[in-house]
Amino acid sequence: MLFLEQTLNALQLGLMLFLIAAGLTLVFGIMDLVNLAHGSFYMLGAYVAATVAAKSGSFAAAFLVALAAAAGVGMLVEWLLLRRVYGRGHLSQVLVTFALILIANETVRWIWGANPIDMGVPRSLAGSVALAPGLSYSEYRLAIIVAGLALAAALFWMVNCTRLGIWIRAGASNRDMARALGVDTSRLFTLVFGLGAALSAFAGAMLGPILSVQVGMGEAIIILAFVVVVIGGIGSVRGALLGSIVVAAVDTYGRAFLPSALGAFLPLDIATHLGPGLSQVSIFVLMAAILFFRPRGLMPATG
Amino acid sequence: MNIRTALLAALALASTPPWAADKITIGFLTTRTGPLSGISGEKLEGFQLYLKTTGGKLGRLPVEVIVADDQNNPDAGRQAFERLAKRDRVDVLTGIMFSNVILSVAPAAVQSKIFFINSNVQPSELAGERCNPYIFNTAYQSDDTDEAVGRYVTERAHKNVALLAPNFPAGRDHLNGFKRAYKGAIAVEILPKVGQLDFSVEIAQIRAAKPDAVFVFLFGGMAVNFVKQYAQAGLAKEIPLYGAASTLEEDVLRGAGESALGMVSASNWNADLDNPANKRFVALHEKEYKRRPSLYSFQGWDTAALLDAAVKDVDGKIENREAFRAALRKASFSSARGPFKFGPNQVPIQDWYARRVEKDAQGQVVNRYLHTVVRGHADAYASQCKM
Repeated sequence: MLFLEQTLNALQLGLMLFLIAAGLTLVFGIMDLVNLAHGSFYMLGAYVAATVAAKSGSFAAAFLVALAAAAGVGMLVEWLLLRRVYGRGHLSQVLVTFALILIANETVRWIWGANPIDMGVPRSLAGSVALAPGLSYSEYRLAIIVAGLALAAALFWMVNCTRLGIWIRAGASNRDMARALGVDTSRLFTLVFGLGAALSAFAGAMLGPILSVQVGMGEAIIILAFVVVVIGGIGSVRGALLGSIVVAAVDTYGRAFLPSALGAFLPLDIATHLGPGLSQVSIFVLMAAILFFRPRGLMPATG
Repeated sequence: MNIRTALLAALALASTPPWAADKITIGFLTTRTGPLSGISGEKLEGFQLYLKTTGGKLGRLPVEVIVADDQNNPDAGRQAFERLAKRDRVDVLTGIMFSNVILSVAPAAVQSKIFFINSNVQPSELAGERCNPYIFNTAYQSDDTDEAVGRYVTERAHKNVALLAPNFPAGRDHLNGFKRAYKGAIAVEILPKVGQLDFSVEIAQIRAAKPDAVFVFLFGGMAVNFVKQYAQAGLAKEIPLYGAASTLEEDVLRGAGESALGMVSASNWNADLDNPANKRFVALHEKEYKRRPSLYSFQGWDTAALLDAAVKDVDGKIENREAFRAALRKASFSSARGPFKFGPNQVPIQDWYARRVEKDAQGQVVNRYLHTVVRGHADAYASQCKM
């Protein structure tokens, strides 16, 4: 039963990571832009949603406003600033987007203050459901699983069945060819960046009720999101989904069972200290191993 | 002693004026940037609030407060300290929040004969073997809060407790502090990584271990995450949660809201303590800043009160370091925490209070005083201090 619960936890963590990694991989893959500030849109989404939810009491309104705000700010930032660094290589992009993180954090601190703010779970999802005898699971965490799966489905549909999706795939596999064939890449990039920012804000609004809504919350999660994107294959939404689940499974099972497994053949004192350390590095070992055998990730975007 | 510290010491000695001081300069080195700057800012607010009540004076001396940022980074803290010592020639250093910075700056302050009044938790090294006449602490030795919770949990007849703290040296120290006072069995000991976001794995482990209580040492965002998720998993009602002071302090309550209701922690201060000094502090704080004071704000206030009394005692003659130190040790002020005196290692001997998170009359989530767990508690490292 514990194994089943931890499996559910792994799935839930995986979809949580996917919510953030999906937007990151689109921007990274299609625009070839290393956007460290992706986490800032996540933070913006959480703060706006928390504020609107507290003022209006409506989670639907909170999500809509958060998505609109992030998409708007994202497109504005792309239009004013980021399009100037596309050709300049990754180092300039890292510097510019890192500066954006600092600006975003200070701005949020001015507006909302430096302490965490409260965002509760919506009342209708506050309880837990009994999935099996002895296994009850938080309704809100089930909602995260559902939202993650729904988002994955929507993105697959968009990428595979719409004209925008065709452009995106074309841009991801060969940007110059796409431009030569008449795709307005400049507008496409603004749109994709706005979409990426909105996806990130969706993740922030979705995770706000279970995580601390505070300055710097984006940086805490963005490293894992980059690991997911690299493992999955840059620019590939399917890869991001697979990468998220793999990372979450390794992390979850490592944390859940490694310390006790070590305890079986090591003294308890050493096992309690060694176990957490080993499970911490496990996902980076995984990343190194995958990159050794599959340098372009599990599911590269280009065919 | 390397050349830099030697030069620094020489400069500092040369800068000690032979004439009577006409002002006192306080170096307030604290974390002004990053996610943890909120609680540091409150410490400064508390300090300045006290100065406001005295018209910007300590004793008869006008005060100059110079605020510097340590960025929660030992090297940046050390550099900022050197500016405070050389350029600003501060008499007293205070305000540092985090033990990594404290351990890096304290030796330099001692070298320069600058009094370091540590208003946050005292690392075991400075409370024990490396104690020093120039180092005072106005908060507590870091394990004290865990010991107090350990006693309270034992008093409440819990026999089988699960423990959780972040996997870094201070986290394990805090768990050892708890174990020193707690008499029962340990169901499971969990050490998640520093900065852990999602605790569903750990919460499932706690549930599976079937303890009758859980003790947690966490702070800041990690504490908010854990408290919210523990309540959402429905465990808060089944397995009572006990925390170290920082785990359920005001900043965490603001972030976790109603999720924290019913959880119990131990602290050396609480906003509803019934003594005149505290009532005055809380009323002034709410008037000035329009919100409840936190433990950190209290620490800033009380440190200023201690300095005020000591400067008064020496009639402003702080250039006589030995007399000023004796006056600080006497601590002849009324602390908002209740009874207060310094132990032999210049760390407080004080009472510890259990407090529970409840809703007040206005429906706000606050810590409420329950019970005095121990009176006149001295920390476990005092005996290792030879001064």
